[in-house]
Amino acid sequence: MFVLAEGAAPLVDPGSADGAFSLLWLVIVLPLLGAAILLVGAPLAKGRLDKQGHLLGAALPVLSFVLSLVMFFALLGRSSDDRQVSQHLYTWFQAGGLKVGADLLYDPLSALFMLLITGVGSLIHIYSIGYMEHDERRRRFFGYLNLFIAAMLTLVMSANYLGVFLGWEGVGLASYLLIGFWQYKHSAAAAAKKAFILNRVGDIGLSLAVALFFATFGTTDFTTISANAGKASEGTMTALGLLLLLAACGKSAQVPLQSWLLDAMEGPTPVSALIHAATMVTAGVYLVVRSNFVFDYAPHARTAVVVVATVTLLWGAVIGCGKDDIKKVLAGSTMSQIGYMMLGAGLGVAGYPFAIFHLLTHGFFKANMFLGAGSVMHGMDDDVDMRHYGALSRAMPVTFLTFAMGYLAIIGFPGFSGFWSKDKIIEVALTQNWLVGVLAMIGAGITGFYMTRLMLMTFFSQKRWADGVHPHESPRVMTVPLIVLAALSVLGGVMLIGNWIADFLEPVTGHPLEENPALPAVVNSVIVVVIVAVGVALAWYLFQRQEVPREAPQNVSFVTRAARSELYGNEINDGLVVRPGGRLVGGLTLFDRHGVDGVVEGTALGVGGSGSVLRMVQTGFVRSYALSLLAGAVLVVVALLAVNLK
Amino acid sequence: MIALATNDSFVTPHIAYGSLWPILVIFGAACVGVLVEAFLPRQWRYVAQFGLTLGAMVVALVGVGFVANGLPELGGGAARGLFGSEGTVALDGPTMFMWGLVLVFGLGGVLLFAERHVEGGVSAFAGQAAALPGTESERRTQALDHTEVYPLLLFAVGGMMLFPASGDLLTMFVALEVLSLPLYLLSGLARRRRLLSQEAAMKYFLLGAFSSGFFLYGVALIYGYAGSMDFGAINEAVSNNAGNQTLLVIGMGMLTVGLLFKVGAAPFQAWMPDVYQGAPTAVTAFMAAATKAAAFGAMLRLFYVAFGSARWTWQPMLWVIAILTMVVGTVLALVQSDMKRMLAYSSVAHTGFLLTGVLGLQGSDEIHPGQITSLQAVMFYLVTYGLTTLGAFAVTALVRDSAGEQSTILRWAGLGKHSPVVAGVFALFLLGMAGIPLTSGFTGKWAVFEVALAAGAWPVVIVAVLASAAAAFFYVRVIVVMYFHEPESDSAYVAHPSVLTATTVGVTAAATVALGILPGPVLDLARTAGEFIR
Repeated sequence: MFVLAEGAAPLVDPGSADGAFSLLWLVIVLPLLGAAILLVGAPLAKGRLDKQGHLLGAALPVLSFVLSLVMFFALLGRSSDDRQVSQHLYTWFQAGGLKVGADLLYDPLSALFMLLITGVGSLIHIYSIGYMEHDERRRRFFGYLNLFIAAMLTLVMSANYLGVFLGWEGVGLASYLLIGFWQYKHSAAAAAKKAFILNRVGDIGLSLAVALFFATFGTTDFTTISANAGKASEGTMTALGLLLLLAACGKSAQVPLQSWLLDAMEGPTPVSALIHAATMVTAGVYLVVRSNFVFDYAPHARTAVVVVATVTLLWGAVIGCGKDDIKKVLAGSTMSQIGYMMLGAGLGVAGYPFAIFHLLTHGFFKANMFLGAGSVMHGMDDDVDMRHYGALSRAMPVTFLTFAMGYLAIIGFPGFSGFWSKDKIIEVALTQNWLVGVLAMIGAGITGFYMTRLMLMTFFSQKRWADGVHPHESPRVMTVPLIVLAALSVLGGVMLIGNWIADFLEPVTGHPLEENPALPAVVNSVIVVVIVAVGVALAWYLFQRQEVPREAPQNVSFVTRAARSELYGNEINDGLVVRPGGRLVGGLTLFDRHGVDGVVEGTALGVGGSGSVLRMVQTGFVRSYALSLLAGAVLVVVALLAVNLK
Repeated sequence: MIALATNDSFVTPHIAYGSLWPILVIFGAACVGVLVEAFLPRQWRYVAQFGLTLGAMVVALVGVGFVANGLPELGGGAARGLFGSEGTVALDGPTMFMWGLVLVFGLGGVLLFAERHVEGGVSAFAGQAAALPGTESERRTQALDHTEVYPLLLFAVGGMMLFPASGDLLTMFVALEVLSLPLYLLSGLARRRRLLSQEAAMKYFLLGAFSSGFFLYGVALIYGYAGSMDFGAINEAVSNNAGNQTLLVIGMGMLTVGLLFKVGAAPFQAWMPDVYQGAPTAVTAFMAAATKAAAFGAMLRLFYVAFGSARWTWQPMLWVIAILTMVVGTVLALVQSDMKRMLAYSSVAHTGFLLTGVLGLQGSDEIHPGQITSLQAVMFYLVTYGLTTLGAFAVTALVRDSAGEQSTILRWAGLGKHSPVVAGVFALFLLGMAGIPLTSGFTGKWAVFEVALAAGAWPVVIVAVLASAAAAFFYVRVIVVMYFHEPESDSAYVAHPSVLTATTVGVTAAATVALGILPGPVLDLARTAGEFIR
């Protein structure tokens, strides 16, 4: 389906870290230190840190951000073929040539991620100071957030797959702890467990991929693998690509491992903004783009990425249309937008930079909207049902305005950041395969529909508040981060000026071949805008012109019911995995408890007689153990004989 | 082989005392311990036995270091060592590594045995083993301390040292019995829940005797095949393809059964949960770590030295056993409600991971420069697994309620709230067993999976990866119970241990972290141990 780009992926060939880059390790260590102090140190300090600990927790990511910024400018100061730096911290383990180093890699790709993680991360830490003000476990919350930042930085800064795996598990752990942070809520505990299990499935993909890298290349270093990628067979590369895709599906909530993301909204809203919108869920996209040297040699795996991405971007968008819970609408939308990023990543060299571009702009506007939703909930006594909102634009002017910026960005209003990034992905998709391109356009239309629905039901239409609710604007510590993120949502598009983002990422992603686009860029943009406008207009007709009922109507069409129940993702999981798995375990247990004993009883009954045999059955289980031992011995000998004697 | 008296000349047997002495120290101290028990007044015995045992082990451990340094090099440096006692004991690098390992676990065991804080001034062993449970005589002997456990421990440690060092089948069988018999006894000596403990000991003994029978039969068959018990001679017979193949194959199978029983591989794992649960927890801790190490040492020597030329004969069988063991261990651990039984099944799963390592490439001439051999990978895994297990059981012994130890998992609810340090350390051990990166379990798994992959055993490795992924559930479930469940009125509490248990737990916890972050030195040590001598 896709043509292998000439010259394929550029090699990972970093120089050594000097100057400002010698502080690379500190970027990770700072938040890690915060986590250690807040989680391990504070209990030893007997509550003395409970009052002020969160300020420390918020300050350290800011320091990391400053460091990242300094290094980013140092990187810009270098020529473009000199923009890869690696730092060897120490040898993690070594026995002869089996050597895995704790190495860091700093290149344009990790630079952008570090800025996103520490930048958006810092803003969300600051916001959380206000949001978690009345929670008695606030110190622990900040500890977990710091832990997350450290793990996520490890993920994007490691110079080998084993380090990536370490970070991968770390963010999974932090996400689990934070989703279940309000563990007294049964739903939160269940959601944490679900996220853990589905992520575990993805993790198997990554660990098998790491093992296969090792078996194929004898190392997991990006440097060696990228240099030798061409020498491995295409079958191996395809297997690697598919395993990495499985990993990405788990972490980034792509179909078929998507169902945990909506439940994950049980966590505190800043968590949803940071982990389940801006950073962690995009780790899958990072993994695919980082492994471009694998995917360039595995066209079939790339096709699989595109298929998964296209299905997910529509799947998430449809879910977004059916939900009344404001956070779940945003979660569906996150799923859909990550589908766009994966699509970009699956399109190869031409798509990589725009996948990352969309990832960054999405990080801004989605974090903005999640925090905005948190601010709305803050003013509405933690109610999340949009049917109980309405006409909030007056009561919360700052939240409304900032949210509107995010809204215009995500639907792709011309000039806003999301317009540029989504447009580019659709354009590349259309060039390579018209069907995928058209489906991506339809997805954009649906996005316009459900986001407008959210906007209208929340900030416009009629007042539907419950009695005794007095919506109010949130404190300054919460609105300032909103304003900063809103500004970024508007201005994120500047990264595309002069094609800067593609040129900047070129040392990592490679130089694309010149291809003739299917449609002129302007025509393409106009079509997308028109489709989005149709979606917006439809939503306006349905939710502004007509009255929104306070209770969700029940006699609705099949499509609405399907969207409300997340396109039956949970039912599919139950039917295909959970119940058969449960039966298997149950069967094995049953066999262990009764099967072996049953055989003994049966044999004994057959041989002996009645009364004495029954008494023997009561005496215990040693005989049945001995029988299983005997059976095992027979198994061993038969296995040996079967192989060796003909 | 044993050339004692010919017609007219007497040849002094070559014993190699200079390299053998650490094991003699242990056996000697065990004999002295028996005398102490007979001649010293009761009130002095605890201190005397504890000091004697601890001292003997420390001396032996230091001795192992010296002996290991002085081993002569063989075969261009690939292996180091010599045969002692006329070829019945192989004193080589791997032997020294296993000796050190068994002694370290033994030291941990001694410290746990001597713990008297938790039970309020007495040890966790029955005051008098002969007193019937629930009788007057039991009540009268309640305040006594059972100090025979120390010589028993020393005998077991001695047997465990001899087991992987044995150079012929007969020595191996003797070592097997020497290590097993004290363990059967120790399993039945619990102070609380004595019936459960005695039942466990009985089961262990009966099944152990049964499996020893298999082993002995295997010895006989192999003797019939090769005409010798000596590993070197067996290897020669195998590579010359001499003798009756059926004898070889069936004999090999029977020997395997005996060893697989000791390491607790499926389908020979049935005794493990019962015994691990019934035995005093200090015994379980020692036994789980040290027996597995010794038995894997012996198994590696048997398969790599005696049957090294017949690798393709036994490898498919071990593939099946490894896969079966991992699946059975993992799946059954998922449904356990008792901590000790859960750890027992998890130990079964770990046996499967270790067997995966046994399948790897053996000789240093087969591997790429820099790769590690499967022997080294398995030895490293034994270090990580053993230390973590020792620590986990040590902590289990501390969680109690009014009836003694409380090992029902749900009763651990809220432990993280009122005993954060103990719960945290236990969580660390669990994460280590689950193989989470930055703990020793991760590097251990990495090592064994890697050697198995290099040998082309990828189907086993895939099962192993899947099993480790599934295994994480039951470990994490415990963490969830400890941290995310509210404590209830019948929840267990943590007894304050003395410095003895605290040392064991502290050292093993530190090792779990250290071997995850900086496993280099221990891997290097395993590498310098080199190969088995033949």
